[in-house]
Amino acid sequence: MKLMKPSRAVGIIGYGAYVPRYRIRAEEIARVWGGAEDGLPIEEKAVPGLDEDTVTMSIEAARNALARAGIAPTDLRAVWIGSESHPYAVKPSSTIVADALGAAGSILAGDWEFACKAGTEALQAAIGLVGSHMAEYAMAIGMDTAQGRPHDALEYTAGAGGAAYIVGPAENALAILEGSYSYVTDTPDFFRREHQHYPEHGNRFTGEPAYFDHTLRGAQGLLDALGFKPSDFTYAIFHQPNVKFPQVAAKKLGFKPEQIAPGLLTNKIGNTYSGAAMIGTTATLDLAQPGDRILMCSFGSGAGSDAFSFVVTDKILERRNKATKTQWYVQRREVIDYAVYARHRGKLVMN
Amino acid sequence: MRNVSVVGIGQTQVGEHWDRSLRDLATEAALNALRDAHVDHADAIFVGNMLSGQLTGQENLGALIADEVGLRGVDTLKVEAACGSGAAALHVGYLAVASGQFDLVLVAGAEKLTESSSCNTTASLAMAADADYETVHGISFIALNALLMKRYMYEYDLVPEDFAAFSVNAHANAVHNPNAMFRSPITVEHYKRARDISDPISVMDSAPVCDGAAAVVLMATDNLNGNRARAIKIAASAIGSDSLGLHDRRDPMWLSAVELSSQKAYRQAGIAPQDVNLFEVHDAFSIMSVMSLEAAGFAARGRGALLAREGAITPQGKLPISTMGGLKARGHPVGATGVYQAAEVVQQLRGEAGKNQVANAHVGMAQSLGGIAANAVTHIFVN
Amino acid sequence: MDLARHWRLKDQRYRLEGTVCADCGAKFFPPRQVCLECKSTNLTPREFNGHGELYSFTTLRSAPMGFEDQVPYTVGVVKLDEGPMVEAQITDVNADALKIGQRMEMVTRKLRAQGDNGLIIYGYKFRPETKAD
Repeated sequence: MKLMKPSRAVGIIGYGAYVPRYRIRAEEIARVWGGAEDGLPIEEKAVPGLDEDTVTMSIEAARNALARAGIAPTDLRAVWIGSESHPYAVKPSSTIVADALGAAGSILAGDWEFACKAGTEALQAAIGLVGSHMAEYAMAIGMDTAQGRPHDALEYTAGAGGAAYIVGPAENALAILEGSYSYVTDTPDFFRREHQHYPEHGNRFTGEPAYFDHTLRGAQGLLDALGFKPSDFTYAIFHQPNVKFPQVAAKKLGFKPEQIAPGLLTNKIGNTYSGAAMIGTTATLDLAQPGDRILMCSFGSGAGSDAFSFVVTDKILERRNKATKTQWYVQRREVIDYAVYARHRGKLVMN
Repeated sequence: MRNVSVVGIGQTQVGEHWDRSLRDLATEAALNALRDAHVDHADAIFVGNMLSGQLTGQENLGALIADEVGLRGVDTLKVEAACGSGAAALHVGYLAVASGQFDLVLVAGAEKLTESSSCNTTASLAMAADADYETVHGISFIALNALLMKRYMYEYDLVPEDFAAFSVNAHANAVHNPNAMFRSPITVEHYKRARDISDPISVMDSAPVCDGAAAVVLMATDNLNGNRARAIKIAASAIGSDSLGLHDRRDPMWLSAVELSSQKAYRQAGIAPQDVNLFEVHDAFSIMSVMSLEAAGFAARGRGALLAREGAITPQGKLPISTMGGLKARGHPVGATGVYQAAEVVQQLRGEAGKNQVANAHVGMAQSLGGIAANAVTHIFVN
Repeated sequence: MDLARHWRLKDQRYRLEGTVCADCGAKFFPPRQVCLECKSTNLTPREFNGHGELYSFTTLRSAPMGFEDQVPYTVGVVKLDEGPMVEAQITDVNADALKIGQRMEMVTRKLRAQGDNGLIIYGYKFRPETKAD
């Protein structure tokens, strides 16, 4: 397997998370549809406020990332946002976010779509941009306010949240990139056609041939390319559409439960799609120590996986306190019922 | 400058006039005023109106009303100063006669607020505020008053009931005004039970959305020839202005425009606040009454609400206000309101206010505000 | 569609860009062309940090057109630490938990959408201050 690594050493110089404050309990969704209250895929999921969308949530995560990086917004040469819930079908979210940050002007901006791996795809591109000396700093965001069809299995898990990363030269990094690897095939496990509100999915087809095959190949590919084994890592974060999938994937690869625990947030915020692996990683960085090695492995339907290996530097100790931490957002919660949830998610016919 | 007198007044009933258009109402009020003045013409017509274009699709009201009242050809224009439009039109009419340009001027205020959906009316009234920095945030005109009232209550340690006496007085006075919209009295209990629109403001703190028109005829006092016993002299006509947006005020708890325009008016009339026998205050919201009483010099800062509690504002008190029901109970057809106030003060000074007659009324003041007192128009009348 | 009128205000809406008087140092939000303190016309752009105190607030139960789908919502006046006062919606909080004088911070949110096919207007709102821990 061939490792991806730019000729110039790069790393994460700033990161920021965002999760909206509202939560709906899975048992509340089960109450409405008469579902079983045991065996629910998660406890509760985050729901965006009426005034929130991928753009506003990206802005807050990005401001947190800038605060940690300690660079001027105008030092950025790219703002890229991966999401499957961009508020406009045509018109970039990224220009709004770049302008809100004060980064607009001499900059690249673009929206990325690859189901749940759009954010890490943007991160791969940011690594390439900085690693090739085309830019000193580039921002990659994974953020979603995903919709699940009422009564669909996905309604229990489709959450809201994500994270922003600023890639820069390794000498200024709080976590240095050791290398990355991507694995992609045409596997139609989950998709949403143009103009449709809700996605379609292949039920159990989304499991073995899609999530597991790509996640395992992505992660194993990176391990093989780097010559590492799971025990070489302090932490690992996998895409987390529910609680069980990342646990099973970690186990199959040989990771222990305590390695994935800090980054496994789905139970409390739901599946944040493009944001899922990325916000699991910000939660992990919030408590990592210098020298810790972290595996981040995303999965996106359609299908593919991006895997990254980072080594934390001593810069983490000071920088992580410069912005609101991931767990603060996770623990900030206002529980709403299904009626309010339906209103927040635009499921009430107003006109 | 010449002295100017009011020689005729006309009012339509204030209410929801489903069967009558803006032009119907304005024409009725104008014809009533001309009839009351015993004249059949005017040299110029000034029409006060805020929202005819937005709510009824009709602008150029000056030409329209001139034509409707049979005075096609005269000098005419519409005057807009938000809720103070009617009083601003009166100010223009006053200047037109005082300057010597015209001898006989008709001033009409007309507004039809019920022609549109309530959310469109709410949005339109908010045009009195700052579009880019207030209304774009969904801040309605009621909300602006609520922001003031909540802060005022915080600063002076008051509760909503401290404002109840203003609405109780207004409704009591409207009972005897045939032109008023609400002609039934309310109690403090009604006030306390009222539904919040934008806390702490309830429906009982707010003037209603309604339609109406009023008109006055102005004449140079020198031309009265001593035979117009019911003529009432305009002793002062003054406008003061302030920032449009609340956020732009150094001290949001003080209505500078009210102070400026009141002080100018007192100087013009050569009087002091204590000489005023009755005050038609801009009681669109209770908080506006309270803050106006302070800025106009009738109460010390933070003491405006006390005047009402002491009973000073009733027709028998030392400063009767809203004597014909005020904006709260007579109703507040916004661009017409300033002209209603003028007509009502004239009624009082003529001694024609019926059961609401203020005894020994010689000096009456009317004050109309545009926006959150972004402009204040003050008129003082003497008999 | 009134696209230009919102676009031209984006620096203010996104980043609280106001002005500072180059002659007397007075700070303004919204931006002004003439200094209120010294009448100078020599004003330059200045961003405000968005932290301040809640001066007043109210919850609307009846909304102007364009905001019907947000009812009930809370608006307030925030006095920025750097001087100016700003009016905006208050978000991420239950109104009964608000108190005059409490610390607030600016966030960027959707102010409203112009229907299903129109512009989404983004801009500043305020919420109770959250401290980086």
